[in-house]
Amino acid sequence: MTQLGFNTEDYQTFLTGRQEPEWVTAQRTSAWQQFSDQAWPTRREEEWMRTDIRLFNLDKFSIPTVAGTDGIDAIVPLLSEGVELGGTVHSHNGVCVTDTMDEDLKQKGVIFGSLDSLVSDHSELLKGILLEKAFDREDRFAALHAACWTGGQFLYVPRGVHVEKPFHVLSSLSDGGVDLGHTIVILEDGASAALLSETARASEDAESLHCGAIELLVGDRANLRYVNLQNWGQRVWHFARQKAVVGRDAQLQWTSAAMGSRVSKVNQHVVLDGEGARSQMNGVLFTENKQHLSYHTQQYHKKANCHSDFLYKTALQDKSHTVWRGMIKVDEGAQQTDGYQRNDNLLLSNNARADSIPGLEIEADDVRCTHGSTSGKVDEEMIYYAQCRGFTRMEAMRLIVTGFFQQIFDRITIDSVRDALGLAIARRVRDYE
Amino acid sequence: MKHVLTIENLQVSVEGKPILRGVDLEIKHGETHALMGPNGSGKSTLGQAVMGHPKYEVTGGSITLDGEALLEMEPDERARAGVFMAFQRPVAIPGVKMADFLRHSTTNVRNPERKEGEDLIPMKDFRRELKEKMEQLQMDMEFARRYVNDGFSGGEMKRAEILQLAMLQPKFAILDETDSGLDADAVRLASESIADIGREKMGLLIITHHDKLLVHNPPEFTHVMLGGRLVETGGSELAEELHSNGYERIRAAYPEAEAENAAMAGQ
Repeated sequence: MTQLGFNTEDYQTFLTGRQEPEWVTAQRTSAWQQFSDQAWPTRREEEWMRTDIRLFNLDKFSIPTVAGTDGIDAIVPLLSEGVELGGTVHSHNGVCVTDTMDEDLKQKGVIFGSLDSLVSDHSELLKGILLEKAFDREDRFAALHAACWTGGQFLYVPRGVHVEKPFHVLSSLSDGGVDLGHTIVILEDGASAALLSETARASEDAESLHCGAIELLVGDRANLRYVNLQNWGQRVWHFARQKAVVGRDAQLQWTSAAMGSRVSKVNQHVVLDGEGARSQMNGVLFTENKQHLSYHTQQYHKKANCHSDFLYKTALQDKSHTVWRGMIKVDEGAQQTDGYQRNDNLLLSNNARADSIPGLEIEADDVRCTHGSTSGKVDEEMIYYAQCRGFTRMEAMRLIVTGFFQQIFDRITIDSVRDALGLAIARRVRDYE
Repeated sequence: MKHVLTIENLQVSVEGKPILRGVDLEIKHGETHALMGPNGSGKSTLGQAVMGHPKYEVTGGSITLDGEALLEMEPDERARAGVFMAFQRPVAIPGVKMADFLRHSTTNVRNPERKEGEDLIPMKDFRRELKEKMEQLQMDMEFARRYVNDGFSGGEMKRAEILQLAMLQPKFAILDETDSGLDADAVRLASESIADIGREKMGLLIITHHDKLLVHNPPEFTHVMLGGRLVETGGSELAEELHSNGYERIRAAYPEAEAENAAMAGQ
């Protein structure tokens, strides 16, 4: 099969080959129209001011169609080590290659697998929800994703069903690969589940592309723990829209870790959409070389008595650059809001740069919202103290950086995730005199 | 052969300003030395220079441990060689649990040849030993789960330093005002603990303003520092005299050192 480019003629071929429900085709067509009409964002726009995508060229890539196993042997998942899983989906270069699920859970009405195949089987369930409830088709990347998504994952947990075993999603890319995966999670009222999602690299000899989206719909009184580890190679362009809508008295714990990619531009939004909803967003970012990671986060309090907690910690090496723009938005009726956001940056080299921009937009008058950010270098006195206790300088650096992230690890309740992240971070620490 | 820590004609500057102007001191394993002197006379500088603080520049002289040049070593190599300092103001390392810190530290100091990444001492053995030492120091086990010096009270910090001394069992230990900021009961406990852990089992250099630490640890030698020099050395009676009468006699007897001390203190 010839490769399909991102042009209208090839797109028609792609669309015809998909054989999806009409509403999906209509949704894709409308998104493709937007994609065709829109230009790429530029640095004149506030959100893109600090992010340079002039070297990004979509013509280098093609729409994922058939599963290639190129480089797949090199893929090693980190988060699922030693965990008894409820199911796992692995997609490689945007196409599902493995798709398994616990038989018991199927009996309970739980759905989990590749969205590619499930979108037709569960068309009625997804209609009006997929790409509608927790997705904003704002810019050309969002339009590209909505028009061309492939692979992806769908998790559905029926009302009142508690799933103890975590689900696992692995998305990998080999050189030149494209991943346009879409993740959608629907927890009905009173349901609970955990999803461990990670990306991985096969090699990093050529540019690759991820343009994805995550939709998390957490029903009333439901409880979702979601872990997302972005561990692409350092030549991956990563554009992502991630959004959760949390219902009445529901809880979301969302832990993001990002270590990979050449350029990342992520919009991560949580909407507290029912009274008493609670969200906790944890972030661990560790960058090196010339990586650029830009996170635009929002905690949107739409209803009263909601609680949102946000803590992102970033360590930067070499000439890497991170951007965090955070917003707590509180609607007029959202009284008794309790919102917190904090971003701490640890600069491990003199050439690294962290831009940290917290923000509040509050319409209600009876709220408690606090925010803060810090940026600083490793304290030489800490290194010296540890050295006086027999740690080498390198061991001391590792100790201090791991300690810096510990506050977030302390919040992570899944051991395998804590161990995997701790190890991945410790491996990456280098010394700068 | 007894271990010996030898400091000869040590000269140290901080940010280009001379602090120590030629210090000679020899401590043999098993001996207890007291180092006294007014504020700003250079006592802590001596400790930092022995450990190798990067801001303390040695401009002359030597420090050797059993003939090995300490000045050639990184601070961690000095620790592994058997030199320890209980800090006057230890820094906090947020996110690092005391127990994890101590396990790694103990492993490195006990196995000076250990390479990075090699196994730490077994968790079970370590826990047993830590528990024993903490009970001896009347410390709650909860302490081991707290982050290193993070949010510790002054007294807790000093006890944590003594705990590290107990675990690492160095050949030589410098205790930099391990009694300051403690109430009377805490000083007595610290004093007894140090006597128990260190006396006759290490060479001790106790830097202090008071005589409380010295009650359980009577020094064989008392040294008085003034203006970056050791101006007088005596026995335990000298420590008692200085504690009772202060430094008036010393200041008067060594006007040149006193002038330098005043200049340093005024900086």
